[in-house]
Amino acid sequence: MPLFKPRRFSSLRGNSAPHKAPARELGLFQRRVWLTVIGMVMLALLLVARLFFLQVLHHDHYTTLSQENRLRVLPIPPTRGRIYSREGILLADNRPSFALELIPEEAPDLKRSLRELGQVITLDDDERQRFQTELNQKRRFDTVTFKNNLTEEEVAVFAVNRHRFPGFDIKARLTRYYPLGSQFAHLVGFVGRINVEELNRIDAGNYNGTTQIGKEGVEKAQEDLLHGVAGYQNVEVNAQGRVLRVVERMPAVPGQDLHLTVDTALQAAAVSALAGQSGAIVAIEPATGAVLAFVSNPAFDPNEFVNGISVRLYSALRDSPDRPLFNRALQGLYPPGSTIKPAMAISALHYGVRGASDRTWCPGWLRLPGHAHRYRCWQKDGHGGVDLVRAIAESCDVYFYAAAKDLGIDRMHEMLGQFGLGKRTDIDLPGELGGLLASREWKRRTRKLPWYPGETLINGIGQGFMLATPLQLAHMATIFANRGEVLVPHVVASVENPLTGKVIAGAPARRSPVPIPSAEHWQLAIAGMHEVVQGERGTARATGAGAQYAYAGKTGTAQLFKIAQNRTVKNEDLIKKLRDHALFVAFAPLEQPRIALGIVVENGESGSHTAAPIARQLFDFFLNQQTGDDAHG
Amino acid sequence: MRTASERDLLTRLHIDGALLGGALLICVLGLVVLYSASGQSLEVVMRQALRMLLGLGAMCAIAQISPLRLARWAPVFYVIGTALLFAVFLFGTGRGAHRWLEIGVIRFQPSEIMKLAVPLTVAWFVSDKILPPKLPIIAIVFVLILIPGAFVSEQPDLGTAILIVTAGLLVLFFAGLSWRWIAAAAAVIVVLAPIGWYAMHDYQRQRILTLLDPAKDPLGTGYHIIQSIIAVGSGGWSGKGWLNGTQSHLEFLPERATDFIFAVYCEEFGLLGVLVMLAAYSLVLARGVQIAFAAQEVFGRLVAASLSVTLFIYIFVNMGMVTGQLPVVGVPLPMVSYGGTSLVTLMTGFGILMSIQTHRRFIVES
Repeated sequence: MPLFKPRRFSSLRGNSAPHKAPARELGLFQRRVWLTVIGMVMLALLLVARLFFLQVLHHDHYTTLSQENRLRVLPIPPTRGRIYSREGILLADNRPSFALELIPEEAPDLKRSLRELGQVITLDDDERQRFQTELNQKRRFDTVTFKNNLTEEEVAVFAVNRHRFPGFDIKARLTRYYPLGSQFAHLVGFVGRINVEELNRIDAGNYNGTTQIGKEGVEKAQEDLLHGVAGYQNVEVNAQGRVLRVVERMPAVPGQDLHLTVDTALQAAAVSALAGQSGAIVAIEPATGAVLAFVSNPAFDPNEFVNGISVRLYSALRDSPDRPLFNRALQGLYPPGSTIKPAMAISALHYGVRGASDRTWCPGWLRLPGHAHRYRCWQKDGHGGVDLVRAIAESCDVYFYAAAKDLGIDRMHEMLGQFGLGKRTDIDLPGELGGLLASREWKRRTRKLPWYPGETLINGIGQGFMLATPLQLAHMATIFANRGEVLVPHVVASVENPLTGKVIAGAPARRSPVPIPSAEHWQLAIAGMHEVVQGERGTARATGAGAQYAYAGKTGTAQLFKIAQNRTVKNEDLIKKLRDHALFVAFAPLEQPRIALGIVVENGESGSHTAAPIARQLFDFFLNQQTGDDAHG
Repeated sequence: MRTASERDLLTRLHIDGALLGGALLICVLGLVVLYSASGQSLEVVMRQALRMLLGLGAMCAIAQISPLRLARWAPVFYVIGTALLFAVFLFGTGRGAHRWLEIGVIRFQPSEIMKLAVPLTVAWFVSDKILPPKLPIIAIVFVLILIPGAFVSEQPDLGTAILIVTAGLLVLFFAGLSWRWIAAAAAVIVVLAPIGWYAMHDYQRQRILTLLDPAKDPLGTGYHIIQSIIAVGSGGWSGKGWLNGTQSHLEFLPERATDFIFAVYCEEFGLLGVLVMLAAYSLVLARGVQIAFAAQEVFGRLVAASLSVTLFIYIFVNMGMVTGQLPVVGVPLPMVSYGGTSLVTLMTGFGILMSIQTHRRFIVES
């Protein structure tokens, strides 16, 4: 018997249309509703059947799962990808290490255990402090690390005495290790414990079980590739959380191995060339944009960071006046000084404000009409009449003051930007700074002041509102080496799947070239750079003498100390911190260049004396090594 | 046959006793299980009870309005609702999905309005047409349904979008949509399904894949389903007892106060408890269908049938999700899951049913 009887109405009040057939419509409606009711009843029965299946037929199974032996999913962290140099030398490895861990809840008398353990395994002050901090921060049932990196002897001693220390256990795991230590600290970077901010960003499922994450350098930039995909195992655990049985196991997918573009031998040579000095060296292969060396000195040992650095050591690094944690190559901002003169020269040629043979008279200073201020040349007695090539070779300031005045700040801003100044190179490393390339608009926005003509002159010799990183200097040298082609610098050469051995190589990324089509213009600017090192009167002719190959370079000196008008100060009078920075950009050989360099030596006084010899040293080393390699095969 | 003046008190107040009783029974069950699921938080229970009172108020208020007036106002609500959806599309707030609109201190989901406005509008539109509807009518109805449907699925809230579209289509179905059209639509869906697969958001695709094989992703989405099924299955005939559900209290079960509250209920009250809850829902549903049969206007019966069946879909989709038969689509269990917006919408729907029942012009002996 139906719950309710369908009723039919012969007439309905309301606005029925003339052709509507109410009875037929109602019949249709009622049939449809009955059909739907049948459908709903069937679905409801299906649901009840499912519940019967789960709650009655399989009740025991699920009771087991939920009460006695709870099913738990344990993550299997993936093995982090390794990092290799160009020649296949390991830069970042995973090493098995033993850690002594503690679950406070399971230690009945923790104070006594710790006292007795102290006789077996000793902790230094830093380790004790770190352990106490971790013990206080974590919950009673969380694992706390007592000591990392146990020696084999410590492992053996503990194993014998294990019964005395309930709650303590030795855990073997893989730890990141950087065999070459501080040499690659600023390039490869390092991993460290995952912090709160990173926790919010990462995929919690995939990092479940992972303790470390890339913090700096390649380790940070390529975190996604290096990390891999976590696996898991379904285990049955009892109420105490002890694993009883592995039900199912899905292995982790290891992270990708990375092959970098850097040459360890060149890197080592660059590190030793900077020994005892603060500065940075970046070497780039012009044909590809591959970074061959990337040094920021002083550096630090990245291995200290892997398992959590001690507060004492970290403050020492942080507060050191030499700032070893600071990545000068990527983030150090220096006035590029005279290193921009070749770019200024080619801009002057391109816009037609200077011809190849146009001479400018240098009396040692230049004065803007109507102003008393003398813009001085570094050569206070003057260079006499100089043409473009000589102006570059001898780094004549007056020539470039005049060229800058004729170019104007707008055209300078446009063309120097094409050489990568004032913007990031987009290298595949985190935290790169883009430096500063001023314009009228920039000054109005940031200083609320108009652009003054004198500032154009100062900008013309790379001082004033102009800052660049050593990476940008190397990038600019690469653009000259390539005669205007712009390649994005990169440090990752290829990615290798450790399971299949399949290697995927990255293609060099190009940007639109410098819009100076004339080969002759490039030739003139490069001829000037060649004269710098191997000409008769070049500023760095002393370092270029005797080279087996032709090369090009440009010195630069970044002033830190403003010298009052009409005074000369000898550099020796200044304390070291106030001495000028020495800069040098170069590439070699002159034809089909294989290496371009950007070098900054802080407080190195002058580019020609401090920075240029380093370039020669590295060129000799690199080009001879390459020739040697070629000879071998 | 009695006249209006002779009706009993509840009918004079335009309240339907059976519907009110069923709804209150479910609400009480909901508060009982919520107390357990919330970790015995009286504050959460009080807040939910307050929302229920608000919902009851909305229900009684709506019941006072005659279906004729509801029909007249339906298109207005439809236009306002669509405009608000458009506003959400432009300025919506909310984590991940843009569903909320903030006006001063009031924060609400315009998609909730459309759950009622769409079936009402479609019913209003077809009620004075010749039924079964002809092609032009069907085409217009499709546009009426798909505009809000598209906005809501773009938020993205696929679950609600499907419910809105379904509520509208149900009206068309009850209006006598020809089987030929239904078959044709089914064919189109079969053809378009693979295309839709590519248009879906990753997380939506993930949910469907996880349903097919929950063990595939035990750390992520599959975890919900596995733990939920364990909770349901371990409940047995009579359950572990109120406040004794280990799955929920040991925090194995996610979303236990909202979308997965039914799992807590199953774990603590067992199959017998589930049958009691199903009986309470059946009471409400049966009364809804009865109201549809008894309705004297085309508009009223279409709306009553559509709202009742939509309520069933809610219940079925949520329970199907908790028991691992349907994908995790984020549909709350009506009047039981913690949360205010859908509760008020549901109660308002009951108010509409009551209005249809109590404003009949010719009361046949009942």
